[in-house]
Order: sequence, then C-alpha cells, then structure tokens
Amino acid sequence: MTTTTAEPARTGMSRRQRARLTRGAQYAVGLLVILFLALKTDWKSFSDSFLRLDIAASMWPRLLTEAIRNTLVYTLLAFAFGLALGLLLAMMKLSSIGPYRWFANGYIELFRGLPSLVVLFMVAYGIPNAFPGFKFPGDFFGMVTVGLGLTAAAYMAETIRAGIQAVPKGQMEAARSLGMSPGRTMFSIVIPQAFRIVIPPLTNELILLVKDSSLVYVLGVSVAQYELTKFGSTFLNTKASPTPLIVVALAYLAITLPLSSLVRALEKRFAQAR
Amino acid sequence: MATHAISIRNLSKAFGDNVVLRDISMDIEPGQVVCVIGPSGSGKSTLLRCVNLLEQPTSGRIWVGTDEMTDPDVDIDKVRRRIGMVFQSFNLFPHLKVLDNLTIAQTKVLGRSMDEAKKVARHNLERVGMADREAAFPSQLSGGQQQRIAIARSLSMDPELMLFDEPTSALDPELVGEVLAVMKGLAAEGMTMMIVTHEMGFAREVADRVVFMDGGYVVEDGHPSQVIGDPQNARTKSFLHRVLNPMVIEPEDMHPDGLRDAISDLAP
Repeated sequence: MTTTTAEPARTGMSRRQRARLTRGAQYAVGLLVILFLALKTDWKSFSDSFLRLDIAASMWPRLLTEAIRNTLVYTLLAFAFGLALGLLLAMMKLSSIGPYRWFANGYIELFRGLPSLVVLFMVAYGIPNAFPGFKFPGDFFGMVTVGLGLTAAAYMAETIRAGIQAVPKGQMEAARSLGMSPGRTMFSIVIPQAFRIVIPPLTNELILLVKDSSLVYVLGVSVAQYELTKFGSTFLNTKASPTPLIVVALAYLAITLPLSSLVRALEKRFAQAR
Repeated sequence: MATHAISIRNLSKAFGDNVVLRDISMDIEPGQVVCVIGPSGSGKSTLLRCVNLLEQPTSGRIWVGTDEMTDPDVDIDKVRRRIGMVFQSFNLFPHLKVLDNLTIAQTKVLGRSMDEAKKVARHNLERVGMADREAAFPSQLSGGQQQRIAIARSLSMDPELMLFDEPTSALDPELVGEVLAVMKGLAAEGMTMMIVTHEMGFAREVADRVVFMDGGYVVEDGHPSQVIGDPQNARTKSFLHRVLNPMVIEPEDMHPDGLRDAISDLAP
C-alpha cells in the first residue's frame, strides 16, 4: 500500500477497501513516528550513560546468583503464603457464618487499602515491638513471606472468591447428591475448577509480587540478601551511571515474560478440562 | 408405617411469597416408576429436589426408606448415597475424565479402593453404552453421551432409587432417544425411579404411574392410561392437549393485546 494520508474517495470504494486504506494510513503514521524518534535520538550520548556494557558486565554473575535468585525466592515465598491465606479468606467470605464473613471482609478491605511498604514495615518492626522476644520462624525469610504475603492474600482472596462463584451451582448439587460432604465438595470439585478460571488473574498477582519484592529493602538487608532493585541501585550509586537500571529492568522482564508464557501453556492444557 | 421407597407427608415449599408446593402427600413403592408431568412452574422439579433435600421444605416431612430426610439431625450425606440424581444439565465434573467422574465419589464417599471403583465404573459405563469413552473429558462428548455418563455416575453408587430432573430437556431432539433407552432399561431392571419429564410417550410406555401437577398441587395421580389416556381434570386435559399438539394454538392462549404487540414489534 503506497497511499499514505490521502482522503479515501467517497465513490467507487467498497467498505472493505476503505477499511484497508485507513489501516494502511495508520501503519504509515506509526512508521513515520518511529523513524522520526530514531533519527532525532542522540544515540551516542544515550548509550554512553545508559548502555555501558563494561558496567553491565561488572554486575555479572552476582546479578543471577544473588539478585535474580533472591527476587524469585521472595516472590515465591510470599505467593505461596498469600495463596494459602487468600484461599482461606475466600472461603470465609463465602461462608454462611456471619463472623467469618465479617472478618474476611475487614481483612480484605484493610490490607487492600494499605501500601505494601507500610505492611512490610509493621511486620518487620511493629510485631517484634509489640511482642518482645517474638521471632519469625525462618527469621528474615519468615518476615519477607508474611510481610509481602499479607497484602497479596487480600488481593488473591477476592480473585479466588470470584473464581469459586463462577463455578456453576449444579456442580455443587451434583457432588452433594453423590453424598459428598460440603468440605469434600469444595476441595475435590469446586476449588479445582475455580483455579482453572482464576489462572490469568492469579498470574497478575504473581507478576505484581515479583515487582513488590523490591520493597524488602525496608527490612534492612545484608548484601547477600539484595534482590534486583536494591542490587541495581547499589551499582547505580557506585558506578555513577544509570546503566544498572537498564540491566535490572531487563532482568525483571527475563522473569515475567517466561512466566507469562508458562501460564499460557498451562491454560492451553486445561482448555479441554473445563 | 410400612416402608415405602419415598414417603411425602403434607409437604409445602415457598420461595419468599411464592408458594411452589402446597400440602403434597404421596408414597412411592419400591420398584415403581413414577413420571411427574405438568406445565413449567407447576412445582414438579421442586418436589423432586425436596426428596433429596436439594431444596429445604418449608413444612411437611419426607422419608426415603426408613430415614426421615426432614429430621434436622439426619446424616444427609449418608442418605444421599442411596439416592441417585440426574440433572437436566448433566452436571458432570468438567475437570475430570469420564472414568474419574464415576470413581471420585466411590472412593471418597464409599471408601472403595481405586481398583474396585474402576471395576464398578466400567461395568456401569457398559450398561449405558459408553465403555469406549472412559478417557474423554465431558466437553468432548455430546449432550446425550454426557447424560448417559451422568446416569452411570449415579449408578456407580449402587443407589436404591433414582431421581431424574427433566433428563432430556436440554438435549437435541435426535439425542433424546439414547437417554430414554437407558432409562427404560433401568426401569426394566426394577429400579425405583421418580422422573420429572415432558416425554409423554416415555411416560405412557414405561411409567407405572403418572402424577400431573399444576400450581403446586397434585391434580391427577394414576396409571398412565388413566392420566394421559383419559384425563378427568380440565387442567390435565388442556395441558396434554397442548403438549401433544404443539402446533395448535387456542385463541384463549393468546392475549389479544399481547398478540397485537408481538405483531407490531415485528413490523418495522
């Protein structure tokens, strides 16, 4: 398509031809914008500060063995804790027993509304202050798990609740008619189906947690406990170059992109079992 | 009281202000095949669902065998094991393969070993003519096949009686026959069955007894040749007339204004 911005002629063109012409024009405008930006960019000055390969190389191999590894560990710990607590809260919220429902509602509203940073801080310093002598099991890892997991649980509870409610009522009736108890029905029939429904939104939670794990620095971390963001900002200070930020950004993508495709594969596998 | 398969006494059910069942009493004997017919909203499905307590009756009492379903202290899960239930929308478990649909309750509820449960499941798949599809997921099967598997799933629990809630209403017309054939086979084997249905031919041929319900009441109750062949009540007559002759529209069935509105809606 060579025509770029010409007004489509009113006559002699079918709707399909006009649509094709419009789309061609949109592509052309997009290309022009990209071309303009690429030509206007001062590549030399940009790469001198943001794309310094020598600085990037100096971050290796600790980038992988410490920073990426710690980010993954913190994320998975908090996700597992949040998922378990979120499931419990979701079932409490759907309970016919008032006090369970009220507690779940209160919890979800509170922890969804508070900044993760504040929750993490209160877990790390508030709890030991209020209960002198209390130590988290697993110490630092315990604090990370609970501190990040408490907030994640609130979000996941709402997601899981929606998933449970999306399972048709007939499933519960069929299971109960076969003599299954309410609990057995929940765990064998309803929850497995609910999880297939909430895989995409739960992936969202997981990816948000990957990035929220950068808040762990408020706990006061040792060098070996640095996750990606803290690791990068240390280099930022010592090297006087913003290149570490780019490296860290790419490292986050290296975590989240495979995660997304893993979930897509999972969804595809479950497609027929729904 | 002598042991009936199902015994219903003064059963009433209301959803808020909407009274669906009014003071129903009936007994169903072991081995009996009872078809419940009636217009939609007559309460027939609610009656069936009250029998295994999927609906909680507002008042009245229900016994299945010697167990009183309406006793607040009844072990409902235990009694339900003896009552098969087949739904209009099949309600197979979509996340489980066919064989697992049939074994899950056997192993988790009856405590059978996996080997035994599979044996029972395969026997029942054979009975409904689905032995070759045990590895399929429900979504890969036609409605008729799904319903036959749902019947096999109930049979795998060795129920004393079976409840069917409009088992063929969600099926394409050409698939109705295969499900009715399975049910006919069950009836011939002496299974106690309570069936809510619109299949008058099936009711006439297979049922020992037909119950016609309207407005929450049992209007007629008797042998199919009586209730379907020679109905006495005007409401039964008018219902059967419409069901058996769907192309005939009676003038009094159409509200004149409604008809006019419907026509003017069609005209641009």
